[in-house]
Amino acid sequence: MSVPASWYLVLAAVLFGIGAFGVLTRRSALIMFMCIELMLNAVNLTFVTFARTMSDIGGQTTVFFIMVVAAAEVTVGLGIVVAVFRRRASTSVDELSELQG
Amino acid sequence: MIATLAMPSIHYLVIVPVLIFFGASLFLLIASAMWRRAVPTSFTTVVTVLAAAATLVVTYFQWRDLDHHGVTTTVAHAVVLDGFSVVATAIIAVAVALAALVAHDWARREGVRGPEYQILALASTAGAILMTQANDLIVIFLGLEILSLGLYVLVAIDRRKVESAEASLKYFILGGFASAIFIYGAALLYGATGSTNISTISYFLGSNVLLRPGLLVAGGALVLVGFAFKIAAVPFHMWSPDVYEGAPTPVTGFMASIVKVGAFAALMRVVISGLGTQLATWRPILWGLVVLTTVVGATLAVPQRNAKRLLAYSSINHAGFILIGVWAGTARGAAATLFYLATYAPTVVATFAILTVMGGLGDERHSLESYRGLARRQPWLGASLAVLLLSQLGAPLTTGFYAKYAVLAAAIDANGVALALIALLSAAIAASFYLRWTVVLYAESDDEFEATRVVVPRASAVVIGVGVVLTLLFGVWPGPLATLAQHATLYFIP
Repeated sequence: MSVPASWYLVLAAVLFGIGAFGVLTRRSALIMFMCIELMLNAVNLTFVTFARTMSDIGGQTTVFFIMVVAAAEVTVGLGIVVAVFRRRASTSVDELSELQG
Repeated sequence: MIATLAMPSIHYLVIVPVLIFFGASLFLLIASAMWRRAVPTSFTTVVTVLAAAATLVVTYFQWRDLDHHGVTTTVAHAVVLDGFSVVATAIIAVAVALAALVAHDWARREGVRGPEYQILALASTAGAILMTQANDLIVIFLGLEILSLGLYVLVAIDRRKVESAEASLKYFILGGFASAIFIYGAALLYGATGSTNISTISYFLGSNVLLRPGLLVAGGALVLVGFAFKIAAVPFHMWSPDVYEGAPTPVTGFMASIVKVGAFAALMRVVISGLGTQLATWRPILWGLVVLTTVVGATLAVPQRNAKRLLAYSSINHAGFILIGVWAGTARGAAATLFYLATYAPTVVATFAILTVMGGLGDERHSLESYRGLARRQPWLGASLAVLLLSQLGAPLTTGFYAKYAVLAAAIDANGVALALIALLSAAIAASFYLRWTVVLYAESDDEFEATRVVVPRASAVVIGVGVVLTLLFGVWPGPLATLAQHATLYFIP
């Protein structure tokens, strides 16, 4: 049985949409953070699918770059979350009240 | 049997600026780990300024190389040496040296010890330079992330301040969100054109007619949204006032200059070189962005009473003006954008140098009221700030005037009279708050402010002086810089 490539693309788009929706609606910094990771993984799936359909290695190597960037983002992001948590004992962005956008 | 590995040929002159800044960053990191005692702040500052000076020397040789050999691409055509990247690199080098001197005085006053500030600033700068040279969407993404990851930490570098940590978290989440959108756009462009290389995309679009351009349009739009977040274009600007206010003032100056140069250089390359054949598709989107960014930025700045927030909205207005050159999409537009960036960067760093000095111990006195009568108490400081503000307003005899004139002329050249008029209207709104601030500087001051003369440390004084001299020099005599910008775009990779 073969699965058409478009299914993977749609799945990736849905994952990306869930991630974007999560960043915009959830109020916990950690969950927002996980949603960004979900978005990046949706991008990875898109790249791999296109690379397979075009038989091009470029898209697959790109995935490694994105994985490295995602890992670096986790390191910095958790550091910042910890720095805020030490002050506030909460990771909810609603309680970030020093700055009123 | 031992297989031989073919080494890729790399034209090292192209990537030397990136290597210098990364090298300096790693050197400071290792030196601070090996040194038995704490690394003195002045040492880290000197290393940063030296790295910037070395980069300026390298850009001279790069320029000569361009004259002899023309545009070069290297590292599998992912990094490019053209006039645009050379001039943008030089702008970044000047701005980072000035920003490092401001940060030096700030770190001494606030007692922020350790080499971290300059290590992160150097790494961020390497990312910004990589963005100016990137000829591949993935390299742009890497440059963007290297630039941003350092900046997220720089915003929170003063750990005693709660608002800095919060600003950093806000910047991080929205920045990560924008990066994810950008790279998804890059993935869709890859699917539509078969490559992430900007020259290849341009060639593909020039020689093929897409029967179903949906993927291309979606990809391009997402890439534009990612850039719009980074340059704080309305409606993707929400983070900018909070982050500008919450970050330590020298970091704000660093962000306002270097991030803008890096992001705009990459945006130019994507829009003009990569998607240039489809300019008709992108123009309406860019048109909307310009109108919203200039007008909303200027309008929201008017009620602000905090100097840093006001400058944040003012920088949104400036981002709109710079976008006009991108909208035009012509060689003239590119030259105007480059000129605008070259003059705006030193002006804004010097402005934030004055804000840093005025902030006083704790970096907290940023209400516009604290500037009342500044020019009467400290004539030189007050006059410098007045010149820098008038330049941002676009007053004649300052660089801001010719910069605004150049982008508007480029817009009219490209049949954008309505756009130019709307931008001029926003400049008129912006004039109201710049002039109000300037008038406050020369107003009679109350007694309570009489005693509060601020100390201007030597390095900050140098930065303010350089900023004012550049602003006036190229304001009175914009010819050489304008010619340089035009020559630079001649060498723009097609």
